[in-house]
Amino acid sequence: MTQQTLFLTGNEAIAEAWRQINPDVVAAYPITPSTTIMESFTQSVADGLVDTEMICVESEHSAMSACVGAAAAGGRVMTATSANGLALMVEVLYIASGMRLPITLALATRALSAPLNIHGDHSDAMLMRDAGWIILFSEGVQEAYDNFLQAVRIAEHPDVRLPVAVTLDGMQTTHQLENLISEDDEAVRDFIGEFKPYYPLVDVDNPVTYGACSVSFGEDFYFESKRQQEEAFKQALPVIEAIGKEYGNRFGRSYELYEAYQLQGAEYALVMMGANAGTAKDVVDELRAEGKKVGLLKLRSFRPFPFAAVTEVLKGLRGIAVCDRAAPRGSSGGPLFQEIRSALYGLDQAPTIINFIYGLGGRQLMPEHLRGAIEKLQVATMTGPGDDLVGYLNLRN
Amino acid sequence: MPATIDRTSDKKEGTLNLRKIAFEQDKEVIAPGHKLCPGCGITVIMRQLFAAVDYPMIVANATGCLEVCSGNLPYTSWRVPWIHNAFENCSATASGVDAAMKAMRRKGKLLEERPIKVLAIGGDGGTYDIGLQALSGAMERGHELVYLCFDNQGYMNTGGQRSSSTPFGSSTKTTPAGKKIPGKQQERKDLTLIMAAHHIPYTAQASPSRWPDLAKKIRKAFDCGGPAFLNCLSVCPTDWKTDVQQGLNITQTAVDTCYWPLYEVERGVVRVTYKPKLKKPVTDWLANQGRFKHVLKKGNEWMVEKIQAEVDRRWNMLLALEAATGGVEEKKPVKAEA
Repeated sequence: MTQQTLFLTGNEAIAEAWRQINPDVVAAYPITPSTTIMESFTQSVADGLVDTEMICVESEHSAMSACVGAAAAGGRVMTATSANGLALMVEVLYIASGMRLPITLALATRALSAPLNIHGDHSDAMLMRDAGWIILFSEGVQEAYDNFLQAVRIAEHPDVRLPVAVTLDGMQTTHQLENLISEDDEAVRDFIGEFKPYYPLVDVDNPVTYGACSVSFGEDFYFESKRQQEEAFKQALPVIEAIGKEYGNRFGRSYELYEAYQLQGAEYALVMMGANAGTAKDVVDELRAEGKKVGLLKLRSFRPFPFAAVTEVLKGLRGIAVCDRAAPRGSSGGPLFQEIRSALYGLDQAPTIINFIYGLGGRQLMPEHLRGAIEKLQVATMTGPGDDLVGYLNLRN
Repeated sequence: MPATIDRTSDKKEGTLNLRKIAFEQDKEVIAPGHKLCPGCGITVIMRQLFAAVDYPMIVANATGCLEVCSGNLPYTSWRVPWIHNAFENCSATASGVDAAMKAMRRKGKLLEERPIKVLAIGGDGGTYDIGLQALSGAMERGHELVYLCFDNQGYMNTGGQRSSSTPFGSSTKTTPAGKKIPGKQQERKDLTLIMAAHHIPYTAQASPSRWPDLAKKIRKAFDCGGPAFLNCLSVCPTDWKTDVQQGLNITQTAVDTCYWPLYEVERGVVRVTYKPKLKKPVTDWLANQGRFKHVLKKGNEWMVEKIQAEVDRRWNMLLALEAATGGVEEKKPVKAEA
């Protein structure tokens, strides 16, 4: 199939990427809003469009466990989930990264219970932020598709060998129809290449041990193995950049660690991740048209967090409003806010920085909410941010 | 590690490659140097297993005694590919291995011509309790894997706490025989029958004290062409508080008292593979085990009676199942003389 423009939801776009990748194993369990990824893909399996062994497991815990077994065996492996499903996987997420298995996961982000809520926010993505996975955020359907194809390459890169999660905002990107440029099947397969596993279990003549304990006090290698994972994250930054560039050369859509939107000459900036960055771009355009020097930093790679690049791009600004789609939960601010604020620490003239929490449980974020955030930011840069750095957008009193 | 493992064994039913066990320890799948306790039943079961079949094999091991004692980075006792994922997900991990091999074969990416078998191993903690959901799922999905449970009747890796396999009356770290409550007050779960209820091709219960029977069952499990479940009683001298040299004898009393019946369920047909000529009293099984010491004390006769009644009830139920499913060949009626 040659390149074609399809009208798909984000979930269907992920399933389209999977069809083209033709993974060895997909193990998944349905959960809203990720379910239709699995549904669309199982249709491809049923129609014989892929050679994938589809495991319809009995829980998300088993989904990730089967992914670990399949990846260690030597397969190219992927899965999809959301919220509580991801929470159930957490134990095994750490094992997957600890074993350095290049599993890829589509995370249809959703609010974590309780109260039960099936709509989008980033609390689940933040639940896995310390799990040793690379996490790439997508703004829309096309980005989700493009990110997933790149994720396979990043995960399997010899300098990285870490599992990768690609997020798409639940209900917004997952269920919203958009035009998708689906690349030619052969071109996609050529881009991702043949998977060559490192130490596959199926090599029965060269037996390897996966997941042995490391407990001999003083002689264990636990600490060293964790240090090696940090090194892999460090090495992942240039790899993500290089693969994003290569993807652009081949398919015409380049990706960096972040997208700087109208930051040139800006005095104020919003910092966001995911679907609502689209709304933010409209707001920035409107404000620019009104002569206000406002820009947007849309972060793509949340793990590894590109500190040096973020510091560089934000350092000349007067004020920054970081918009988090996850609650601070007793911390100084949302998870993205903490990273950005940390990236700016030590600058001679650090910009004023405040935090806004938005969109929890799918609460709408309208352009006027972001305009309000910018207004508050402008005041804060003049009067100082005060004691309370955290504000809430579109929250009922 | 040797590049290849010679697993040529006598394939005759019910026999083991004893030569390998006795003289070729350098070729054993689990290399010496592991840290299992003296007298542990697990290694006995594993030796019998690997001497009974000679397939190339990938092992998925649940967290437990065998897992923690057979590998400690950068060392390993395993001479076959082996993976430990976590406690409750051994079956799911093995499912993934099975699925990956199927896909890789389909795509021409798996060049090994011999069939590679998948073996999942867990103790009763990882099998009866925390891993039951994943086990049930893997069996229902029909993965081609053999699940072997070494049932030592408690959470021995964490120091001997009760599990759902711990027998009634047993004193454990979490059900100690106290002044008011004399040990575990619940009967044990019958996991083998639960697995048989999955209607998989092969389910069996075995004991390393009767190794020809165990070897036969291991071969049947690996050759059944689908999921198979094997439950083996595994003595734990440390937490059963038994003599390290008497392990197999004590295990055999479980068989002879019909406390641990040896049977198999093959495509719905139940067959008891060993019927003791004389069914011994359950006290034979309870004796010589420190964990039942209080049960045999004066004043606790009601416990022995209760245990005996439960053993009898389960044994009779098994015989009834065997008769009902056609496991016992009916004697041909003697023809009346003309």
